[in-house]
Amino acid sequence: MTNFSRRKLITGGLAATAGISGLGAAAVVAQRYGLIPPDNGGVWGPGETLTYAAQRLLTTHSPAREFSRSMISKMPFANETSPPNDAFKHHQANGFSDWRLTVDGMVARPVSLSLSDLRSFPVRSQITEVACEEGWSYIAEWIGTPLVEVLHATGLLPQARYVVYYSIDRGWWESIDLADALHPQTLLTMGMNDGDLPVSFGGPLRLRVPRQLGYKSVKYITQITATDSLKRFGEGLGSASPEGGYAWYAGI
Amino acid sequence: MSATSTLRKLETLRVSAVVRVTHWITVIAFIALVISGGEIVISHPRFYWGEVGNVNTKPLFTLPIPASRHTVPTGYGYVLLDQNGWSRYLHFEAAWLAVLTGLVYVIWGVANGHFRKNLFPLPADRNRRAFRQAIVRHLPWAPTAAAKAGSYNVVQRTTYLIVIFVLFPLVIWTGLAMSPAFTGAVPLAASALGGRQSARTIHFFVSNLLLVFLVVHVTMVIVSGFKSRMRAMITGRVVVAKERT
Repeated sequence: MTNFSRRKLITGGLAATAGISGLGAAAVVAQRYGLIPPDNGGVWGPGETLTYAAQRLLTTHSPAREFSRSMISKMPFANETSPPNDAFKHHQANGFSDWRLTVDGMVARPVSLSLSDLRSFPVRSQITEVACEEGWSYIAEWIGTPLVEVLHATGLLPQARYVVYYSIDRGWWESIDLADALHPQTLLTMGMNDGDLPVSFGGPLRLRVPRQLGYKSVKYITQITATDSLKRFGEGLGSASPEGGYAWYAGI
Repeated sequence: MSATSTLRKLETLRVSAVVRVTHWITVIAFIALVISGGEIVISHPRFYWGEVGNVNTKPLFTLPIPASRHTVPTGYGYVLLDQNGWSRYLHFEAAWLAVLTGLVYVIWGVANGHFRKNLFPLPADRNRRAFRQAIVRHLPWAPTAAAKAGSYNVVQRTTYLIVIFVLFPLVIWTGLAMSPAFTGAVPLAASALGGRQSARTIHFFVSNLLLVFLVVHVTMVIVSGFKSRMRAMITGRVVVAKERT
């Protein structure tokens, strides 16, 4: 009986040691390959980390689904945004002619771009779906400058790992990793369905991140900051979403 | 020690530890999924068919409940609290728990012959008459011969197989079909179902079927002897009738 128990104890101990070292090694490897999301702490950390790591292993380079022109929604739903602040109203009154996009942080040549500067970059269009975390969705054509073009032009530094982006309402900010930031479909969007991007849909400038849920596509973008760490931004959870209780990674 | 030997004989049938552990982890995960899933639905209790759907398009059907977003017309004069943040975190964490547990169970079940031995209907039972008999035997809700034999009858076996190999895979698939990143990598996951909104609607119905299974399952456990069934699924000891052949 004692022998049996001892054997069990030794096997159990070895298994536990192997398991813990395995987890430790997995954590190091995951950190090394960027598989850990910024909101990895607390009770939801394990689930978020599994989701983000699995998505990064499976979908890093895949494109979001694109649709035919005939599938563009006749009645897209803009959703609500908080009332525009005075700065926005001022820009709106000027027809957004003074709208600037600042690109700073870990870039060799920080710039401030007007909308026409942005239009001088290669302009692309895509017909993709906006899916809200609530469950509803619509398809539209989005026209704009791929974020990757702007990041290349400003000389994104090799140590940069994330891109943080802000709405004119500074409390509304998000961030994405380089897999999404350098993705060709991630678009600084200025047009929708062959017209200017309406204000209700984020005009004059919205960052469309079609591989993630709608709340990552922040409206009224004025600033983009490249960084190697999200720790210094807000509460260090990656964006305003986790601070409000929502997951940072929304590609689900 | 004749008492011990009798007891030994009565306890020759056991519910395997893998079945018991994976069963209870699945219970926890499933309850978490139902609660969080129900909560998420409240933010948009409208269902659609096809790729897209929103408050500007015609729903397939609408649940007659208030919503947690005032942008959704429900006919109710009030809006419920937004609880989607933790609901979504919990939903995906519980989904991982259920999926990983299910993988352990299915791989073990195949390797060990659990499905073949305990869940595939016995050759003699693979006909309509056996189904009918198994159901009829339950009408007076007396403990069944199969239960006495410490084994599942053909209706139970079929139901468990459908839950394990049809409903759970379907609810996972339709869940993944709502992920914008996953459907980018595997477009067929959404298109084969008719689109994202179809996937969401099927996800809702399959979840409801699983919930119906849970209710019936628990009812049957209570009816067929709550204590002995719970003991079997917790300690593994199955008490078998004495004239077992």
